[in-house]
Amino acid sequence: MIHARGLVQTFHTRQGKKKTEVRAVDGVDLDVAEGEVVGFLGPNGAGKTTTLRMLTTLITPTAGTATVAGHDIVREPVEVRKRIGYVSQSGSTFSSARAGEEVMDHGMLYGRTQAQVEKRGKELFAELQLDGLWERMPKNMSGGQKRRLDIVMGLIHDPTLVFLDEPTTGLDPQARANLWTHIADLRTRRGATVFITTHYLDEADALSDRIVIIDRGRIVAADTSENLKAQVSGDLVSLEVADPAARTTVAEKLGSIAEPPRHGLPGVEIDGVHVRGRIQRAGRALPGLLSSLHDAGVVLDAIEVHRPTLDDVFLTLTGRSLRDAEGGGEDGEAAAQTGAHPTTTDDMTGALR
Amino acid sequence: MTATFWRESWIICRRQLRTALRNPAWVLIGIFQPILYLFLFGPLLKPLVAQLGATNAYTFFVPGMLVQLGIFGAFFAGFSLIGEWREGVIEAERVTPASRTALLVGRLGRDLLQLLVQALILVGLGWVLGMQAPLSGAVLGVLLTLAIGGACAAASNALALTTKSEDVMAPVVNVVMMPVLLLSGILLPMTIGPPWLVEFSKFMPVRHIVDAVRSAFAGHASLDTMFWGSAWAALLLLAAVWWGTATFRKENA
Repeated sequence: MIHARGLVQTFHTRQGKKKTEVRAVDGVDLDVAEGEVVGFLGPNGAGKTTTLRMLTTLITPTAGTATVAGHDIVREPVEVRKRIGYVSQSGSTFSSARAGEEVMDHGMLYGRTQAQVEKRGKELFAELQLDGLWERMPKNMSGGQKRRLDIVMGLIHDPTLVFLDEPTTGLDPQARANLWTHIADLRTRRGATVFITTHYLDEADALSDRIVIIDRGRIVAADTSENLKAQVSGDLVSLEVADPAARTTVAEKLGSIAEPPRHGLPGVEIDGVHVRGRIQRAGRALPGLLSSLHDAGVVLDAIEVHRPTLDDVFLTLTGRSLRDAEGGGEDGEAAAQTGAHPTTTDDMTGALR
Repeated sequence: MTATFWRESWIICRRQLRTALRNPAWVLIGIFQPILYLFLFGPLLKPLVAQLGATNAYTFFVPGMLVQLGIFGAFFAGFSLIGEWREGVIEAERVTPASRTALLVGRLGRDLLQLLVQALILVGLGWVLGMQAPLSGAVLGVLLTLAIGGACAAASNALALTTKSEDVMAPVVNVVMMPVLLLSGILLPMTIGPPWLVEFSKFMPVRHIVDAVRSAFAGHASLDTMFWGSAWAALLLLAAVWWGTATFRKENA
């Protein structure tokens, strides 16, 4: 469904007289098979949306090639557009138009007749629990309803490939869980291939067959969530010890079986009352550890074992936590955001001259 | 220009008209504008009409008013596009296979329809007030007005998608409109000015259009005047539609 090789997108930003080139996407290779649900995960500003806008023909790549739904994105953009649905991050309906009319006009731009889009639109409204909102203005809808309306817009022409850009950003947990079931339905009910960008780990984990991780414009990993997590060395074991003196003993014992620090993951550490470390196959190793601690007379107040998360995967791959990358990645994000405007600045000076 | 193209343009146009009609305040303002000008500014010209080289104040004034409506009304058309862009409407339209020119032409359809209604009211009232103009001349004048109006609306849409900000666009529109208003003889004919100003104003394309519209209404249009007026109107329209289409096609729009 999607085959991309070496996709590059550069933006020029201008600060005073200094012109800088920002490579928002820096050589992306992607392969998505028919019927797959792929999560495109990365911190804000990593190049997710820019990659998506190239694949949906909204912007032309600076370099590289891609075929989407069987057609080249540069040479045959119209053929690509006919076959894909795009649910953008920023919404797609005019706030003071009627929801149903927006959906029908959108469908008619795909060459469908008014009768066809009205029938299909009403079916989709029912499927996405928007019954009775056909005449409602989007400005009077809840965040969750508006997102579902955007999905209806993206599905009105029954595309075989659906792109969703950060579909649940800004939604409350309930609306989010609800939207997840609808996204999962895209494949189970209509057999569509689905490509979702997100910076939420749980979302990528819950929805996708396969996860592609992008960081600073490059793909750093692409595999199933299970396989990605298996690359992380060990389960995180956290032991709560009230007695300060005993914590050193616990740290020593844990240290003898735990993984050494590497790839940005720390080794054994004492954090307040907790002693933490990563152990391969914690289920097998823990009984031995516990009995030796018992023999040493140490009393444990609590034991927690965490399987690796996608955040651990991201940390292992990039040396940064996804959350840190969000906060610390502001440079990248700012660059990508101003990246959308420099042409504006250039054109403006052009217009004023 | 295929059937698909006109169908897509109509879908966009219909959607725009629906939005416009849902906000009748703007429709009414658009209609009252020419009426107010005729009734409140027209009488002021009556005592001056001989000095301006005309015989009938309304025959002189209505064509100028017409071009002014065409240019100024249309220049503000782009502002609504910025709102649409912000809400993701433009991106949603660009992701469909619809022709990029249709996305622009559909919007121009709305602007031209509004302009046509305003023009008919203005010319009709002009006749009621005593304007003396042949029907053929009036039709020709309105057609030229629609051409320059379409050009300005297309340019305004292009500017809107390029700036994407009302705060940036407003001063640009003002910077462009001031010389147009002052150098094209819309309110007073350039011919009453000093020679240097007369020569200078010949560089302003809109002046030739105003001259053509005015002489068409007066019923003594020379071939030369009509040629330059029509040529400029057609050229500006083509250039602006090309620019507008380019911005709809362009990345980041």
